[in-house]
Amino acid sequence: MGCIYGLVALGFVLIYKATELVNFAQGDLLMLGAFVCYMFVVWYGIGYWVALALAVGIVALFGAALDRAVLRRVIGQPQFAVVMLTIGLGAMFRSFASITWGSEIYTLPTPFSAKTTRLGGVAVSHEYVAIIVGTVLLCALLYAFFTYSRVGVAMQAASQNQLAAYYMGIPVKRMFSLIWAISAGVAAIAGVLLAPVSLIDINLGFIGLKAFAAAVLGGFGSIPGALVGGVTIGLIELFSGAYLPQGVKDVAAYIVLLLVLAVRPQGMFGTVGRKKV
Amino acid sequence: MRFAFKTAYDYDLGLFRDPVQRRWYGGLLAAVILLPLAVPSYLVDISLVFIYGLCGLSLMVLAGYTGLVSLGHAAFLGIGAYAHVFFLQDLGLPWVVSVAMAAGLSAAAGVLVGLPALRMTGVYLTIATLAFALIIQEVFTRWEHVTHGLKGRPVDKPVIFGVSFASDWAFYFLCLAVLIGGLWLTANVLRAPTGRAWVAIRDSEIAAQSMGVHLARYKTMAFAYSAGLMGAAGALFAHKIGFLAPDIFSVLLSIQFLLMVVVGGLGSLHGALYGAVFVAMLPVLISEARDRVPAWIGQVVAGLGKDAGAAAYLAVDRFVKQPGLEPGIFGLILVLFILFEPLGIYGRWRKVQLFFSTFPLYKRATFRRQKSYMRSERLR
Repeated sequence: MGCIYGLVALGFVLIYKATELVNFAQGDLLMLGAFVCYMFVVWYGIGYWVALALAVGIVALFGAALDRAVLRRVIGQPQFAVVMLTIGLGAMFRSFASITWGSEIYTLPTPFSAKTTRLGGVAVSHEYVAIIVGTVLLCALLYAFFTYSRVGVAMQAASQNQLAAYYMGIPVKRMFSLIWAISAGVAAIAGVLLAPVSLIDINLGFIGLKAFAAAVLGGFGSIPGALVGGVTIGLIELFSGAYLPQGVKDVAAYIVLLLVLAVRPQGMFGTVGRKKV
Repeated sequence: MRFAFKTAYDYDLGLFRDPVQRRWYGGLLAAVILLPLAVPSYLVDISLVFIYGLCGLSLMVLAGYTGLVSLGHAAFLGIGAYAHVFFLQDLGLPWVVSVAMAAGLSAAAGVLVGLPALRMTGVYLTIATLAFALIIQEVFTRWEHVTHGLKGRPVDKPVIFGVSFASDWAFYFLCLAVLIGGLWLTANVLRAPTGRAWVAIRDSEIAAQSMGVHLARYKTMAFAYSAGLMGAAGALFAHKIGFLAPDIFSVLLSIQFLLMVVVGGLGSLHGALYGAVFVAMLPVLISEARDRVPAWIGQVVAGLGKDAGAAAYLAVDRFVKQPGLEPGIFGLILVLFILFEPLGIYGRWRKVQLFFSTFPLYKRATFRRQKSYMRSERLR
């Protein structure tokens, strides 16, 4: 569970890092990813892996289109505008999903369903193994991409100073579209991984709220931070469910979030400085 | 073209810009007082508009004037509503005292949220208030002693100084009076040094601090004032809906409040009211459209052939009867407003006004947005 939070948080962090926008619709992109994959697997009977790739591709394209059509217009506007915009978009996605796929609850069959491995005396089901492996792989991939590839470095430059990056000949707009595509793709992967564990319905996106806690805990703008934050939130939920009175489990993530924001707003790995005039 | 010649310093200090404006507002007040005679069957809906107006006012002070965007205002509304019902029905306090205490409690909660909020800026604050709202909603569910949990809690009709406000028109005037009181108070606070300090904080925190504005104090004050107003609105809201349940005060309600201030127009009291009218009336409009649009489209398509018309009617009818459509329409409206009219209905109104008052000389470029590049708020 923690890894899923981490993955969704990763999506937030990617977009925040590159464009300083906070995408409140991330959870809804996750939901779209899960639904698209479900549609391919169950309605059209395509194999799981192909469906996964298709779902990620489609949602990533969708993310890029979203950036081109909508979000590019608000760059440079106050952050508040973007927050409202993405909230509005999220509501539209949910509405779209409920019209297209109905408000029933689905389960996604996967190759790993109902199999367990014994690991040091603890039975671990394959679905969870898939989540953990997927998360780690994805993170390593993204980290390598941002550190070593030319495009990744260009993205970092675009995020640090748009104008300067533009002068250096970096196609800033294309970078932003690309980052949205990657972020939406990550959300789709998270959705597909989550689908067998949790069920697919239109409210799947509300996991995005908890992923916020993860992203903030790790410090917005730090990729390893998002993962650590996600795992921490997952563990806190688990333990508060076991040891604290009923009801605390559901809000534990938010309580932690408030505490972190009050004590150390930049999170565990974040960097925050004062803007100079 | 009309010029406002100022002949006395009072014009700059007064609540209204000039005598003409004062007369307009007088006329508006008379119209609102006479409204129950004209549309007696819609009084309950219009009371809701007034309550939403109070909520919009509250969020406008915080988001529109101080620049602190809160996604947790439904929580303050809920605190006000539950506190009011608890004081009134469990402790048996008089109505006025109960409302005052509910507003006070809500304001205290606002300070509580505001204190950690001082350390964060922008979107962090929004997330923090969102988290606060989710926690409070869980508290409403679990604290059964006071809130009666998921079972919900019925609310009596208001009785003030022995006078019952149970009838629709009495409640209408009660809401109207509270709204006017709130408007008057807010307008006065905003033109006092406090309000100016808030606006300064919104425009540039650093500049405000350099001018001697105590950031922590004024931000906390903005939170307390906004939450207090929301608490008072919550008390009325409790009477309006007559039955409190935790799931009323959800994040969706907070989003609706934000929709209200954005659609109305950030940074204007008019905007809060336009937004309230819009948000309260939109569900009515949507349900009207649900009944009419299919038939209308069916007729249009019927020009191509009778079967096509009937088919289109059925398809559109099935589409608009989907339960999930309404939040989508809300979202769409929000997106369109942010993209094309960031200043909201009030901004559009100002443009129309300017067009007519400077008639042959109006230039579109007056309001054209400057090209802006993103400047990082992080420092490397």
